[in-house]
Amino acid sequence: MSLTMVAIYVFILSCFVGYHVIWGVTPALHTPLMAVTNAISGIVLVGAILVAGMETSSTWVSIVGCLGVFLASINIFGGFVVTNRMLAMFKKKR
Amino acid sequence: MSLNPDFFAFFYLIATILFIYGLKGLSSPKTALRGNGSAMIGMLLAVSVTLLCPEVKAYGRIFLALFGGGLLGTVIALKISMTAMPQLVAILHSFVGLSAIFVVLGTFLSHTTDHLGSLSLVEVIELGLGTVIGAITVSGSWVAFGKLQGILKSNPLRFPGQHALNGILGCFILGFAIRFCIFQDPFSWAVVAGLALVLGLSLVLPIGGADMPVIVSMLNSYSGWAASATGFTLGNQLLVTTGALVGSSGAILSYIMCKAMNRSILSVIFGGVGGSEQESSSVSATARGVKSASVDDLGFMLENASQVIIVPGYGLAVAQAQHAVKELYEVLVEKKVVVKFAIHPVAGRMPGHMNVLLAESDIPYDCVFEMEEINAEFSSTDVGLVIGANDVVNPLAKTDKTSPLYGMPILDVYKAKHVFVCKRSMQSGYSGVDNALFYYPHCSLVFGDAKSTCDALVAAVRNS
Repeated sequence: MSLTMVAIYVFILSCFVGYHVIWGVTPALHTPLMAVTNAISGIVLVGAILVAGMETSSTWVSIVGCLGVFLASINIFGGFVVTNRMLAMFKKKR
Repeated sequence: MSLNPDFFAFFYLIATILFIYGLKGLSSPKTALRGNGSAMIGMLLAVSVTLLCPEVKAYGRIFLALFGGGLLGTVIALKISMTAMPQLVAILHSFVGLSAIFVVLGTFLSHTTDHLGSLSLVEVIELGLGTVIGAITVSGSWVAFGKLQGILKSNPLRFPGQHALNGILGCFILGFAIRFCIFQDPFSWAVVAGLALVLGLSLVLPIGGADMPVIVSMLNSYSGWAASATGFTLGNQLLVTTGALVGSSGAILSYIMCKAMNRSILSVIFGGVGGSEQESSSVSATARGVKSASVDDLGFMLENASQVIIVPGYGLAVAQAQHAVKELYEVLVEKKVVVKFAIHPVAGRMPGHMNVLLAESDIPYDCVFEMEEINAEFSSTDVGLVIGANDVVNPLAKTDKTSPLYGMPILDVYKAKHVFVCKRSMQSGYSGVDNALFYYPHCSLVFGDAKSTCDALVAAVRNS
């Protein structure tokens, strides 16, 4: 199996996992769900780090990579912190 | 020291499991914080392991960008008000898209400048796909942000030939993408990216107003697919999995929103959602006779009721009335009235927005109910109090087959013994449909801004 085919397998199976997990999320927490998925999609940081850290003759590659790292980290930190803030408001009841 | 590739794959797998566990935590408010924590650990793990990759040679600039972005993100997240959540989410989506484009561009540039040989057809297709999805996410999110922030007019912007324009844009993108696959030149790449940006604009501009929750969820989905596409480009399964999780989450949310608003998901994806003909009902309000009630009347009814159900809508959030509503809730509970809140899936400007606003004002989440949970209770309720909601309580959605609202699930407030609607004016709701509820004999309107009405109600109940 080629790497691409493996990726397609992984992709489709993950969609099924996502489908089942997300239907289990209570509607009251849909806004935190969006915020946390936002943070998680900051996982492109992994790709951006690989590009930014590459040994390359082109400065453009490094610049573009670093911009990617910068933007993805805004997402990760912003997303997780704001989710935490929201969930804490739900938690303190009772 | 060179590490086995399986070493990375193993930790990426653990990170994926932690993400799934994190999302699963959101099934209940009790486990949600723990879930968020586990997702954070997953992210920390994924990033730390990536930094150990042998390909990563330059650490200085990475850490600089990482800490800069982290600091900025944290500050924004701590400062943002809960009413502005939709804007924040929209702009963050655009960052994911942009970051994905940069990753694709960087990978492509490093191949051309470092003479690593030409890319295989599959690789180029993956690069092209990542670019297109990323670019649509970016410009679409900018429009959504602009509309939510009030920089752009939130009305849907429609013009003749819109679908034709989208079709032509799509054909050009495809054409240049094929050119990019053959020649692998930066020019074609730039054209593809540019046209996809324009397509993103023209897909989201026609959507507006009350459809914002749909568009925010859909861009959530796109940002996930964009991350997944970068995973394909880099051959990184962690990105593929995580992107797919996020993508399906956004897709499900869009589906829920579309259903709750009576929209077809296809018409949302291709831009320009129904309800286009804003039929202004020529029947003036006074001619058909609505009853209006004073705040004191309403206060009297409320304190003598045994059960009250409050239906908050977007108007409540606009008037920043959530804290006033919480006070009303408290005085009524003191008077031994059972107070419940009924939330329509599209109340607020993004899925679940109203729940967050009520939670922020300290209203206990166990007296806040979703539509399906509470609809049966209206008939045994003394007072149904609608604050800043309109279309979601319109009984025409059930009875009038010619109404654009027909088929949309509504909150059955009209079944309550008495119904009061707090409204600023007699204007119809976003759909432009006159609300039949207002003319029911047991329904009275209380005119005024949501916040001042609630404040006055609190005073009226307290002083009695």
